[in-house]
Formats: sequence, structure tokens, C-alpha cells
Amino acid sequence: MSACLDIIDLSAVLANGQRVLRSVSLTVQPGEVRALVGESGAGKTMIGKAVLGVLPSSVRIVEGDMRLEGEDLGRLQPKARRTLIGARTALIPQDPLTALNPSRRIGPQMTDRLVRILGWSGDKADKRVRQLLDEVQIREPDRVLRSYPHELSGGMRQRVLIAAAFAAEPRLIVADEPTTALDVTVQKQILRLIAELQREHGTAILFVTHDLGVVAKISQKVSVLYAGKVVEEADTATLFASPQHPYTRALMAATPRYTDPFASLKPVDETVLAGLAAEIAAADQAWSRPHG
Amino acid sequence: MDEARIVRRGAGPRLWLAGGWLLLVLLAAIFAPLVAPQDPLAQDLMLERLPPFWLDGAEPGYWLGTDSLGRDLLSRLIFGGRIAFIVAFAAAIAACLVGSTLGLIAGYFGGWADRIISRIVDIWMAFPPVLFAILLVAVLGTGLSSVILAIAIIDWTRFCRVIRAEAMGQSRMDYVENARIAGYGRIGIMLREVLPNVLPSIVALLSLEMGIAVIVEAILSFVNLSISTDDPTWGGIIAEGRLSIHQAWWVLVFPLITLILTVLSFSQFGEALKTRFDPVLR
Repeated sequence: MSACLDIIDLSAVLANGQRVLRSVSLTVQPGEVRALVGESGAGKTMIGKAVLGVLPSSVRIVEGDMRLEGEDLGRLQPKARRTLIGARTALIPQDPLTALNPSRRIGPQMTDRLVRILGWSGDKADKRVRQLLDEVQIREPDRVLRSYPHELSGGMRQRVLIAAAFAAEPRLIVADEPTTALDVTVQKQILRLIAELQREHGTAILFVTHDLGVVAKISQKVSVLYAGKVVEEADTATLFASPQHPYTRALMAATPRYTDPFASLKPVDETVLAGLAAEIAAADQAWSRPHG
Repeated sequence: MDEARIVRRGAGPRLWLAGGWLLLVLLAAIFAPLVAPQDPLAQDLMLERLPPFWLDGAEPGYWLGTDSLGRDLLSRLIFGGRIAFIVAFAAAIAACLVGSTLGLIAGYFGGWADRIISRIVDIWMAFPPVLFAILLVAVLGTGLSSVILAIAIIDWTRFCRVIRAEAMGQSRMDYVENARIAGYGRIGIMLREVLPNVLPSIVALLSLEMGIAVIVEAILSFVNLSISTDDPTWGGIIAEGRLSIHQAWWVLVFPLITLILTVLSFSQFGEALKTRFDPVLR
């Protein structure tokens, strides 16, 4: 059985030639949650966008393959690729405030995709959307479906977006820091909802986050990213029990602990950063030799 | 949300006052032959320079007085409103269709489409608009349709620039990206996700442009480049009134007031409509 998502040696550069992804490889098995963790600017979101085919025009993929359920995305015609990505993937975005069209009601926004892209009947789409709203614990589906996005709270909007993402039964969901823009009490509920729906629907998730606490709660596998390079990859339990890479250890040490709120936060150590810089430089040199 | 509430409270009277005045002028223009007390072209030198009704020497039936040829000022203003409104609607809608379409394409597609359209707009805006209008009418010949055409040709850039900027902002929004992931086509996204969000601006601009069209038409008829000199136009009446300002001030003052109120109403009406149309401000 082929993996749900298979990324092999993916490299991408900016227009000025600077590398933003450095031979990234990662696999998401069907029904599995793979966390992609790293500091901001590490390229985690870039990987998600590359998979979904919405990289900004300034970023160019120069090498590597992406396979979605065995289909090589690079070999497909643009139109066929769009259709495949549209049918089998979905995004849970970072900012629920800008991810819904402000001038359209929630109902049509949610059902549209099912009707137009998957060719469902209006009734079937409506039933499906209501079922999903129930699953994300929205108690007044009629009111919500008739609302404009600005009439709902941030947490409500994120629930709507989660429901929308799961509604089309995608095989893979890219969750791009889905709790970052929410306040802490809502974060927990949203995280629990995503985990619950993931288990029920058996959807594979590529979960992008900078929060190790979230990683521990939701994922089975982790890839730790630094400067567009995967520095460590392991089962979540193994990673937390015995982190191998010094950067991973430093990240864990830098995570604030609720049990000791007055302890000062530790930034990542200088020597660790120097080691990382050397590692990246060596990798770049090795990479640029055959690539001129 | 405080701001939204203030806007909403302000939108009421503004919308009704501006809309009321426009409706009054529009109805008077449509039913001009029925409501005008006199024939706007009938000259009667026995009745020249009659003052408005509250001054000594006024004649009943000539409410706002007469000009130096004895023509009834109110009737001329009413018939002038016909031309003003035809020009306002036709020219503004033509400019809006051309400008908004090009602006939407430039803003949403970006790249080459944007570069080409933006350069054309830059070149267009380098011409002084009134001079451009006079030149165009001189080339196209006077007449109602060339005035309309001239205004549309000059003013589509207003729509294009604003709508381009708004479409550009919209197309960077996450919901546009989401629609792309879902597999919608580019044209579909433009019409479905972007257009509804720039529509309030299009409506406001359209109303504003109608006011501008009224002014440009008045300017053109002021310099006698609009339509035939016989037909009463607001600009034409103002031009005539200017000559007899010391003997009959009302011939200048009433068309000016009408013009100002109409232009002001168009812009206020547009603003009020925008807040009504915008689901976030509503």
C-alpha cells in the first residue's frame, strides 16, 4: 500500500537562488498524524503549500518528488494536478479571520465546494455539512449557516473551517498552525476536536506547528525542521523520550513549563546554533557540487 | 464594532436625504413635459428677467423667474436635468464596466496583464482630464453620445485604479488560496470570491462617477461643446447666467445650487450605499 503523502528530496529556492527547502523527505501514512515542527522561517508552512500546490510565485521547486497516494504530482498536467489535490486534500488554515470570504454566508461557502468540485447534489451537500457542524459541536447549525463570517467568534470560525476541511472526506489534511491565532482556552478545544475528527474519519494530517506541547498531544510521528532541513525524524514517543539531535533537545528545553512558571526561558544555545549552521553549510556544499 | 455602529447611525439620514434629492430630480427629469410649468424654449421678451416668486414683480407660473430672453428658469432646469441624468447614468455605467473589468483582471491575475493595464492607465492619467474631454468632443463632434463617450473614455481609469488595488488585496487573502486548493478555476475565483468583496467599492465609485459626469457635462456645455445650444443644459444656463449676473442673479444661482446639490447627493448616496452593501459594516 502506498503512503498517503511521500515527499522525496524536495528542494526549493527563492528567485535570488537562496535555498528555502533543503532536500526534505517525509512520509505520511494513511490515517497518521505527522507533526512538522520548527521555529518560524524554518519552512514548515512552505512544505504545506508545496503539497497543496499554492507556493508563492517567488518560490521555485528545483528538485524532488511529491507523491499523493502514489500519484507523482510533478508528472501530472497542471489541470489534472489541481483536480487531484482538490479532491484528496484540504487545508485547515492558520488564521480563521481571513480564511472565510467576508461577503458570503457560511452555508454556501461550505456546500459550494462539495457541489461544484465533487459534483454532489445540493441536498446531499447540505446534509453532510450539517453532520460535520454537529461533529465540531456547533449547536445551532441553522443560525451559523445563515451567518456572515464576521458574526461568528474566532473559535466558531475555526470550527467551521475544520468542518469544511473534513466535509469532502479528503485523504490528507494540511493543518497549518490551526490553533496559533486563537486564545489559549479555545486552542485546547480546537485541538481536541481535530484529534477526534481525525480518529473518526481516519484522515492523515500533516500538522504544522511550532508548539512541542501540541506535537505531543496530537501526532504519532514528528519531523523537526531547521532552515528548511529535516534535522530529526522519529516516532513522537521516541522523540520525547530520547531526542537525538542537539537542536531538538534545545527546543524541548526552551518550551515553557506550566509547572514552573517563574523559571526563566532558555533560548537555544549558541553552540547548538553554530553546529546547525555548520551542518547546513556542509549540506549546501554537498548539494551544490552536482547542481553547479 | 463601535465604528460600525457609528457608520450605521450616520447612514440613515444621509442615504434618505441624498437619495430623496436624486429621486426628485430624476422624476422631474423623466416627467419633464408634465411637470415643467412652461415650455423651456419659449421666448417672450415681454417677460424678460422676471425675479423668483418671493420678490416684487414676479409673475405667477414663473416660480424661479426668467432669463434675459424671457424663458422660464424652472422649466429649463427641469429639462436640463434630463440631459444631466442621461449623461450621468450612461457615461458612469460605461466607465464602470470598462474600468472595473480591467481593474479586476489586473489586480487578480497580476503579472503581464497587470503590467500592461497599469501602463495604459498611467499614460491615460497623464492627460489633463478637462482638456482631454474638450479635445475628444472636438474630434468626435458635439452631441449627447459624444459627450457620454468622452466621459467614459476619460474616467474608466478611476475605476480601474481603485478596483485593481482592492482586487490585489483580496487575492492575497486566505480564502482565495483555499478556493485554489479546492480546485476552482481562476475566472471562477475572480467572480465568486473577489468580485463580491470589491462590489461595495464599485457601487460607491459608480455613484461618485455619476456626480463627476454631471460636472463634466456642465463644463462642456459651459464652453458650448456639449449638445446643441437650443437644448437647455445646466452648464449652458450657468454660462448665460454669468452674463447677466448684475441684472438677474437668479439665472446663475439656481442652476449652481441644483448642480452642487446633485453632485453632493451622488457622492453621499454612494458612500451610504457602500456601507449598506458591505456585510462587515452593515
